[in-house]
Parts: sequence; C-alpha cells; structure tokens
Amino acid sequence: MATIAPQKIATVFRRPEATTGFWSWITTVDHKKIAVMYGYTAFGFFIVGGIEALLLRIQLAGPDGTFLTAAQYNGLFTTHAVTMIFLFVMPMASAFFNYLLPLMLGARDVAFPRMNAVSYWIFLFGGIFIYSSLFFATNPAPLGGNLPGGALDASPLGSIPNGGWFLYAPNSGTQFSPGTSIDYAALGLQILGIASLISAVNFIVTIFNMRTKGMRLLRMPVFVWMTLIVAFLLLFSLPIIAIALFMLTADRQFGSVFFVASSGGDPILWQNLFWLFGHPEVYILILPAMGMVSEVLPVFSRKPLFGYPAIVFAGGAIAFLGFGVWAHHMFSSDIPTVAQAAFGLSTMTIAIPTGIKIFNWIATIWGGRIRLKTPMLFSLGFVALFVIGGLSGVTHAIVPSDWQQTDTYYIVAHFHYVLFGGAVFGLFSGLYYWFPKLTGRMYNERLGQVHFGLMFLGTNLTFGPMHWLGLQGMVRRTWVYSADTGLGPWNMVVSIGAFIIALSIFVFMVNWTWSKRKGEIAPNDPWDARTLEWTIPSPTPEYNFGVEPTVTALDDFWHQKYDEDDEGRAVRRPEADELVDRLIEANGNPTTEIHLPAPSYFPIIAGFGMMLLAYGIIYHTRPWGIPLIVVGILMLISSLLGWGGEPLEEVHEEHLDGQGDSDHDPGSLDPNQESTPRELAGVED
Amino acid sequence: MSGRQSKRVWRRYALLGLTSLLLAACSEQTLPLNSLDPKGPIAERIDGLFWPVFWIAVIVFFLVQGALLAAILIFRDRNVEGQKEPKQIHGNAVLEVVWTAIPTLILAGIAVPTISAVFDLADCPTGAFEVDIVGHQWWFEYSYPDYDITTANVLVIPTETEVCANMTSDDVLHNFWIPNLNGKRYLVPGSNTELRLNADEPGEYWGQCAEFCGLSHAKMRARVIALDQSDFDLWVEEQQEVPEPPAEGTPEWEGLQVFQQAGCTGCHVLAGVNEPSRQDVTVVAPNLTHFASRSVFAGATLPSGFDPTQEEREAALASWLADPPSIKPGSFMPDLGLTADQIDALIAYLESLE
Repeated sequence: MATIAPQKIATVFRRPEATTGFWSWITTVDHKKIAVMYGYTAFGFFIVGGIEALLLRIQLAGPDGTFLTAAQYNGLFTTHAVTMIFLFVMPMASAFFNYLLPLMLGARDVAFPRMNAVSYWIFLFGGIFIYSSLFFATNPAPLGGNLPGGALDASPLGSIPNGGWFLYAPNSGTQFSPGTSIDYAALGLQILGIASLISAVNFIVTIFNMRTKGMRLLRMPVFVWMTLIVAFLLLFSLPIIAIALFMLTADRQFGSVFFVASSGGDPILWQNLFWLFGHPEVYILILPAMGMVSEVLPVFSRKPLFGYPAIVFAGGAIAFLGFGVWAHHMFSSDIPTVAQAAFGLSTMTIAIPTGIKIFNWIATIWGGRIRLKTPMLFSLGFVALFVIGGLSGVTHAIVPSDWQQTDTYYIVAHFHYVLFGGAVFGLFSGLYYWFPKLTGRMYNERLGQVHFGLMFLGTNLTFGPMHWLGLQGMVRRTWVYSADTGLGPWNMVVSIGAFIIALSIFVFMVNWTWSKRKGEIAPNDPWDARTLEWTIPSPTPEYNFGVEPTVTALDDFWHQKYDEDDEGRAVRRPEADELVDRLIEANGNPTTEIHLPAPSYFPIIAGFGMMLLAYGIIYHTRPWGIPLIVVGILMLISSLLGWGGEPLEEVHEEHLDGQGDSDHDPGSLDPNQESTPRELAGVED
Repeated sequence: MSGRQSKRVWRRYALLGLTSLLLAACSEQTLPLNSLDPKGPIAERIDGLFWPVFWIAVIVFFLVQGALLAAILIFRDRNVEGQKEPKQIHGNAVLEVVWTAIPTLILAGIAVPTISAVFDLADCPTGAFEVDIVGHQWWFEYSYPDYDITTANVLVIPTETEVCANMTSDDVLHNFWIPNLNGKRYLVPGSNTELRLNADEPGEYWGQCAEFCGLSHAKMRARVIALDQSDFDLWVEEQQEVPEPPAEGTPEWEGLQVFQQAGCTGCHVLAGVNEPSRQDVTVVAPNLTHFASRSVFAGATLPSGFDPTQEEREAALASWLADPPSIKPGSFMPDLGLTADQIDALIAYLESLE
C-alpha cells in the first residue's frame, strides 16, 4: 500500500461530476445534501423504531400477552432503544447541525466537508449492519437452556440483538448470549460511535474557525452553542463506550474475561463504563432540542431570548455536571453507601441549570406577542412535557425512593417525557420551523396543528400512566405480566396512546410529502426571524451566501429590521421589507465565482469498508472471515489515501491556474476575501 | 343522520368508552406489587421520603405549568390591527439569581432527609436474622445458614424481625424486589450485596426480579411469606424434617420412581432421595424436599391467583411438568417427554412433600 502515491489514486477514477440525481447524492460533500440524507435516514429509522414500539405495546396491552415470544420481545425492546437513540435522535440532530451550522455562522460549508460525508456513510452502514442481524444473526438459549418446542434458535424476528441497549454484563457474555446477535449490537454501536466522533470534531472546528465577520462566540445563536456543547460531550463520552465495547467484543470474540464474573471479571465495571458514557448521552439527545426551542420561542414571541448568557451557561453546566452523575443509574447496584449519597447529591444539582433554562424560556414568552404556529406549539409542548420529565428526574436523586422506582415503568415514564416529550417535540418544532428554508415552501398549518394535538394527547396518554404503573410494581423489560398484578387496565390505556402517537406521525408524513411539492411558496423571511439563515433564499442555494455576511450583534438580522422606541418596544424600520428582499436577492445572485468543495466517491467506500470489517470480526473463525477483514481494511485505507489525493476544489478547464488556491479553507471560498483564518473570539466588532 | 349529528354520537361513544376505561382503571384493584403500600418499617421510611418530595413536585408542577399557560393565554397574538410590538427585554440579573437560588434551597431541603435515610437504611444491623439469597436464571434460591434449610421461590421470614439477606448470583445480574417491604437490590455474580427486609404483619408479599436477566426475566418472580414467630418456629421444624419415603405401591411411590428415573435427580435435590454435592448436579435447580409447603413454583409464577384451589395448583403443576420451556423460555429444565401417567404420579409425589 505504501508504494502507491496518493496523487496517483486520485486519477484512478473519473472525478465525480453529477450535480443532480443519484450520483450527486452518493458523492456529495455539500452540508445541506448530507443533512437531508441524515434527516431522511433518521426518519426512516424513526418509523422502524416506532413500529417496534407498537409491537411491544400490542404485546403489553393486556396481561399474559401472546402476541410476541420472549425472544422477540427482548429483541424488540433492545432495538427500539438502539434505533431511537443512535439511529433517530442523534442523526436527526446531526441533520439539523449539518444544515444549520454553516448557515447560522455565515459559512459556505463545514470545516471538513468530506469528513462530514464519511460520517454520514459510516452511520448509514452502521445502522444497516445492526439491522442485518435480522437476517444473519443467531440467538440460541443460554448454554444449557431450552427454547420452547425444542427450537435451536429464536424465530426470525427473535434474532435481533436482545441484551438490552445497555448490554449489561455478564448477560451479554458468550455463556448467556451464545449467538451472534450481541456482536451485531456491540460492533454496530462501535461503528455508529465512530461516525458521531468524526462529526463532533467537525462541528467543533467549524464553530471555532468558520464564523463570519463579527460572529463572536456570545453572538452565536443558542442552537449553535448547544451544538458546540453536544460536540464536546460526544468527544469526551464516546471514547468511554468505545473502550467498553472493545472490551466486550474482546470477551466475546477473543476469550478475554473483563466482565466474566466466573473468571474473576467484574460485571459492575461494565455498568460504570456504560453509564459514564450513557448519562452524557442523555444530554447529547436533549441539548440539540433545547437549542431549537431557544430559537423558536423568541421568534414566535417577537422578543429576544430572555437571559441568553444564562441559557448558554446552563447548557454548559448541564453538560459538565452530566459527567458526574452516572451512578444514579446504579443505585440498587453493588455500589457503596457513600457513593450512593454522593451521586444522589450530584444528581440533584442537575435540576438547577435545567430549572434556569425552563424559567428563562417562560420569561422569554412572557410579555411577548405569541403566535401559536406549529413550530411554536411544539416548542411550548417541549417545555410543558420536559418540566414533567425534569420533576420525575429529581425523584431519582432521592436515593431510597429510587431503590423502589429504578427498573420500573416509572423510569420508562421519566425518560420518555424527557426524550419523547422533550427531544422529539423539539425536533418536530425544528422540522416545521425550518421546513420553508429546506423546501422553499410552507407546510400545511392546519395539518401541523392536528399533528401537534394528537401527538401531545398521545404522549400524555402513553407515558403518563407509566408513572403509576411503575409505582404499582410494573417492572421493565418483562414480556408478560400477570393479571394478578392489577396492571392490565392502565397498560391498555398506554397502548391506545401509543397508537394515537403513531396516527399523529402519519399526519406529519402526509403534511411533509404534500407540502414539499404542493405547499404555498414560502415568502422571504416567513417567520420574521432573527438569525442569518433567513437572509438567504429558500431553498438554500448551493453556496449558501452570495455575499459573506457581517454581524454586529446577537440576532443581527432582527436588529436590521427592528428599532426600539422609548418604551423599549420593537418598531419595524420602514425600510425593513426592502432590506430583506435586497439581502435575499444579493445572496441569491453572487457576482463572483464561488468555489465549492469537490464531491468525492471515497466517503461511501470508507463507510462500506468499515461495515465489511465488522462482519469480518464477527465471523473471523469462518474461512471467509479474515479475508473480509482484509478487504474491509483495504477499502478503508485506500479510500482515505485516495481522498487525501483529491483536489480540494474542482479544477475546471477554464480555471486551470486556480490550482494555486488549493490551500484555501474550503468553507471560506469567497473570492472577495483573502482566505484569512478568522479570529477565534471575534476580535473585530 | 346529518354529519353533525353523527359527529355528536361519535363523541358520546368516545366519552363513554373513555369514562368506562377510567372507571375500570380506578376501581378497587388489588395491587400486590404496589410500592406505595408499605408493610414494614423500611418500606415506610422510604414511603415517608417519597410523599413530601411528591407534593413539592406537584406544587412546582402547577406553578410552572400555570405560568406557561398564563403566558400563552395572556400574551397570545390577537391579530389586532395596530397592536404594539412587545418590549424587548433581554434578561434580568435579579430574576436569574432568584430562580437559581430557590430551587437550590428546595433541593438542599430535600437532600438532608435523603442522605440520612440512605445511611440509616444501607447496612444490616448487627444481630439481624440471616438469610442467603442466590439468583439463578430464572428463580431465587433461599437458604437459612443457622437452620440448615434450603428452599426456593418462597422466602419465609418471621414478622417484626430485622431480616438481613446476603445475596449473590450464580449466573447473570438479578435484582430482588419485594415492593411492600423495601426497595430493590442487585444480586451480582462474584460479589455480595445486602438487603434488609422487615414485615410488620403476617402475610404473603409479592416480588419480581427487576433487572433484565435474559430470556425469561419476566418469569422470575418472588414471594415472601411472613409468619408470627411461633408459626415461623413451626415452619423451621417442618423444614428440617426429612420426609418419609412413600409406601410401596401407592401413587406417591410411583411418583418417586418417575422422579428417580426420568432424570429429575440430575439437577434437583430431595433430602432422603439424593444428596449430591454441588459438583454432581448438571444445573442447580430448586431443592424440592418440602415442595408441597410452598405456595408457588416455577420461578414463583405458578399457580396464578391469590388463593388458588388444589385443583388449580395441580393443573398448573401438570402444565409445567409437561413442557417447562414453553412456560419459561430458555428454561434449564427441558421438556422431559413425560407421559400423562408419569405426570400424575409425580404430582401425587411432589404434593405429598409437606
């Protein structure tokens, strides 16, 4: 390999040229196209995870359900969690980061456009890899155990990973999970972690280096701040789970005994590692939604965000404290009393910055002029539901109470209020809010409100009763419960609620599909917004900004449109409409040629190689296992080398002398500017 | 029927359905796993910690949601011509301090009783009544080191006594939970944990393994029976007796033959029949010496109901013996292919083991 000069590889293939159609998507490095791919893929997985949830709820609708077998149920609750966390909420947030980060910062793309593409393809192949367990994995009974009817392996649907998304040792070891399904989960999560880690680095560099003139850190939209915090959380927490998963894979594949209790390994070590990652992960899921809500509430209240610095610092505090509370997932586990007390206290402190955010949001809308459009409804829904999840969260800090509540549906209720009522409502708020930006059309407001109404009702019907089901003794991850427990009636209510949520999602899909093609053409600045992404045409042109913007204040766009009178009330400047039209006109018609990062075949090849490598590790004892590993590694390395040899920007016939520009920062390719790296904290005002 | 009428009818049915569902849900239900129904001093202490926090949370809930709702109702855009734009308020330092300080004080107030309860409830007091619990996929084994008794599925304890359970696991993580008596605690292979139990009144308390422990986690249940000290002493005496072998030719004797020949003795211990050392058994299975004295079997899942009749019990036992893996998927007890006659004989024998 070393003999091949990277430059040579770049010429092996024809350079990708398509700008529309299938190949343009495969080779794209445009942050907006990548965002769209992230979004649709994530939504596809959301539907899969949702169907899994419905299957689980059919099984639990009444006592002693027979709809699913134990193996199927255990598999479905595992993949439901893995799907919703790693294949829906995280990549959907990533879709927003990708689309909005450069737009909000005034940049042409992210710092590393091809790394951005590779992280998408790795994510996609990681997701496909996990779900390929449906066809390829095996799930026999624990060694010595017997499956119903003398079966050697669980039925097709039962071959998906079934150890819980937390993969607790030693149940995830070979003795108790002798099939390959756990390997699919462990290696799949490893792959998804790599994808997230790459994008985290990309976002951090983008935020620090790609801000437009005058965009000081404390002038960035809160959504960008939350992105930055999430990226740091990913950067610090993913290595922990990566190591834990390497240890688990080594235990399973190569006979090490990190977590094998019978050989002196420590199953509690796994729990510590898992939750040291797992708790920051919770904030990775919720902070993007908090960022979106912090954008939507001010726009639809026509007021600035109340306590901007407080909300930003509270986000940072939540992230920081999030690394010091992991053991509250283990209060009934084998941890010493002093640790229980200490982690109880640290868990309580999380409530303080969370409260600061909630109060500032309410203060933001207080005294405003609230327009109850769909994005606003979802953001208000977020606040209302998140408060419930936050309050039940405080009760987990009451350690002895948690001894009763942990591992029951009370916990399920809590984190669904936070992650569904919170994160998912936030994501839908964002989807509606930025729909005109993405498509250039308006969604159907009436259908949007029907979606909100159904989903709000469904959420409370589904997750509300889980609180008392848990307190009344309904234990998690049980595929049947006895009629004697008296838990049947409320479970029926929960299942009905789940189908109401499903109906609401159907309404959303109809709205999206219809509006994308037939919706009203979106006006310039449809929401009277505050941030830079609304100063450019919709849908966003490929080069984002025709003219590189300069900002002089937080919410610069708003201040260009509005003045304040003596009372401090906003007064629209007479020239505002004209200004908006002129800005959008100028940004849509660049006067100079704009160089964009060149498309590439290599990211998808790298992602595919990663997947082959993972298959090879699982089947390394088979004759074709090692060759698969070799092929995977070769694909990975050669595509990285090939990518290194590609030109940073396309050299066109008429522009051959442009080769000298290849030291351009791909994001600041405005030929009007000398490509000076921007100052970190915005020295210029 | 006009569309409007049909809509109204539909609404009425929906309302009726919802009301009846709510009534069904709220009606007098026995909830044997209710964690809000403490039946001993430890559970009461936890309960006493839960409710104040709950009511504080309720107050905060109404204040915050009230403020949110009020803001929406008061400041809704009424679409009036010439309505003034809102004042552009960017923040207020005093308010920030206030809404940082108030939750901090509330939490500090909650923290004090929490921490003291953690330390009070953590360790077993000295001189407590000792029980050993071992978790297996998917049943709990109980033994009494002071009395040389080993049993399964039903833990019998004396009332008004501090019981200290020393727990460990034979395979994966399990979690022992009797909601009426205490919170839950893990059983960890290769390590020991302690759980305190204390029941005020004689009675039967239900439980469930709370940590996902593999295929049949849902079927790993538990039962604690608390007895007055005198009844408990009697129970101990009974348990320590070795049962008389049945007379030859009786149905019980037939059952013993099946028990010895069908492979049961490879895993199950029965005092007076086989006394294998632990290495000799294929899989550790419940000790059956006093099987008939236990109210439930098969991971405390059978027979169901609160007061099953002997017929129901025998029917449940027959279904279990006929095909254990279909009742408890993954079960280490295989389908032994027993005939109906063999099952009847086994039931007669097992039910004689008082």
